[in-house]
Amino acid sequence: MIFHPLGKYILLLKAVFRRPEKWNIYRREIFHEMVSIGVGSLGIIAIISLFLGAVTTVQTAFQLVSDFIPKSVIGMIVRDSAILELSPTISAIVLAGKVGSSVASQIGTMRVTEQIDALEIMGINSPGYLILPKIIGAVTMIPLLVIISIGLTILGGYIAGSASGAVSAQDFIVGITTDFIPFTFTVSMVKSVVFAFIITSVSAYQGFYTNGGALEVGRSSTKAVVISCIAILFTDYLVAQLLL
Amino acid sequence: MIEVKNIHKTFGENHVLQGISAEFKEGMCNLIIGGSGSGKTTLLKCMVGLHEPDKGSVIYDGRDFTTMNFQSRIEIRTEIGMLFQGSALFDSMNVEDNIMFPINMFTNQNRKEKLERANFCLERVNLAGKNKLFPSELSGGMKKRVGIARAIAMNPKYLFVDEPNSGLDPKTSIVIDELIQEITEEFKTTTVVVTHDMNSVMGIGENIIFLHQGKKWWEGSNKEITESNNTELNEFVFASKFMQSLKK
Repeated sequence: MIFHPLGKYILLLKAVFRRPEKWNIYRREIFHEMVSIGVGSLGIIAIISLFLGAVTTVQTAFQLVSDFIPKSVIGMIVRDSAILELSPTISAIVLAGKVGSSVASQIGTMRVTEQIDALEIMGINSPGYLILPKIIGAVTMIPLLVIISIGLTILGGYIAGSASGAVSAQDFIVGITTDFIPFTFTVSMVKSVVFAFIITSVSAYQGFYTNGGALEVGRSSTKAVVISCIAILFTDYLVAQLLL
Repeated sequence: MIEVKNIHKTFGENHVLQGISAEFKEGMCNLIIGGSGSGKTTLLKCMVGLHEPDKGSVIYDGRDFTTMNFQSRIEIRTEIGMLFQGSALFDSMNVEDNIMFPINMFTNQNRKEKLERANFCLERVNLAGKNKLFPSELSGGMKKRVGIARAIAMNPKYLFVDEPNSGLDPKTSIVIDELIQEITEEFKTTTVVVTHDMNSVMGIGENIIFLHQGKKWWEGSNKEITESNNTELNEFVFASKFMQSLKK
C-alpha cells in the first residue's frame, strides 16, 4: 500500500533534480521562495520561540525543587532543549502547517487549473520548475530560522526566568554558558535541513498529484501537513538515534 | 501535418479511445467534435503528450512523438502552442510575463526583443496595452485571447485548442473562432480544435473528425456535415431545435 506512493514520490524527486532548462530563471524563483519561506515565516517563528523558551524555563524551575541542584541548571536545560529539540522540531511542525499547506495548495491549484499542463506543453520540466526552487529555498532558509529560533527561545527563557523570579539572570547566563557541547548544534542543523526537505517535497508531492477540483486541493493541503508532521517526528527520532 | 495512427487509450475498465487514425492538415482548422465523453479531449491530450496512449503513434511531420524520450520531445513541444479550456494562465504573472514565459525559457533574446514579441502577440489578439493586468483582472474572453497570444509567442507550427468557446457568450465565441482561423492562415499552423460548439463547426471547420464512443465515426468538412446520412452525426449536429429548423 505504501510502496506505490513511495515509488511515485521517488520518481517525482528524480524529475525535480533533472538539469534546469535555464538557471537564471530558476535562480530568480529560488530567491523568491527564500523570501517567501524565510522572511514570511519569521514572525510566527519568533513568537512561538519566545513562548517556548518562557514555558520551558517556568516548568523546569517548577520541577527543580531540590536545594542540591543549582538554579543555573535551568539555563542549561533551556539551552539544550532549544538546540536539540524545541527549535528544530517545533519550528518544523509549525512550518509544515504554514509553508507545507501553502506549497500543496499552490501546486494543487496549478494542477486543477491546467497550469501544470501548460508548462508541460511548453516543454518545461514542471516538477523541476515548480518544486526545486521551493526545496532549495526551504533547505537554505529553515536552518537560518532555526538558528534565530534557538536564540529567541533562550531569550524567552531568560526574560520569563527573570520576570517570574524562577531563576536569576545571572544564574541563567551561567547555565547557558556552562558545558556547552558544540555537536548539539550540528545535530540541530542536520535536523533542520532534513525537516526542510521533508516539508517541501512531501507537500509538493501532495499538490502535484492532486486530481479534481477545489475540494481535492483542500484535501491535498491537509494531507501534506499531516504526512509532513508524522515524517518530521519519525526522522527526528531517526536523526537523534543515529547522531547522538 | 499531424498523423495519429491506431490510438488506443484506456482508463481502468473504460476504453476511451478505440483505434483512432486521422490526419490533421497544415494551414487548416482541423476540428475534433463529438458528444461529452466521446474521447475528444483524451485524443488531444494523447497528441500533445499529456496522456500516453496505450497503443498507436502520433507523428508530427514524420517525427514519431510517441517513441521519443523527454529530451527529444522538448524540440517538438517548443513548436506547439496550446490554448486550454480554462486558459491556464499563470496566476502569479501579469499578461506580459505570461506571454514572455516560453520566450524566456527557450530563447536568448534580450528584454527589448522579448517585449516586442509580447506586444506583437497582444496586438494580434486585440489586447494592446493590457500588459500589466493580472489574469484575475481579465474577463473570460480576454483570458482566452491572452491564452492565444501566449500560444503563438514562440511562432508555433502546431496549435491545439481545447474547447475555445466554453463559458463565452455567442459574440465573443465568434471573435475567438475568427481569431483562431486568422492565426491558422497567417502562421500556416496545423490547428487542432476540440469543440462541441456547432457555431465553430459551421464557421471554421475545414476538416472535421466526429468521434463517437471512442471511435472515429465520420470525417469531412463543414460543407459536407449537414448533408451526411450518418445517423449518430446527425443526432449530434441537429440536436438543438434551432439546427433542426435550419435543416428543414
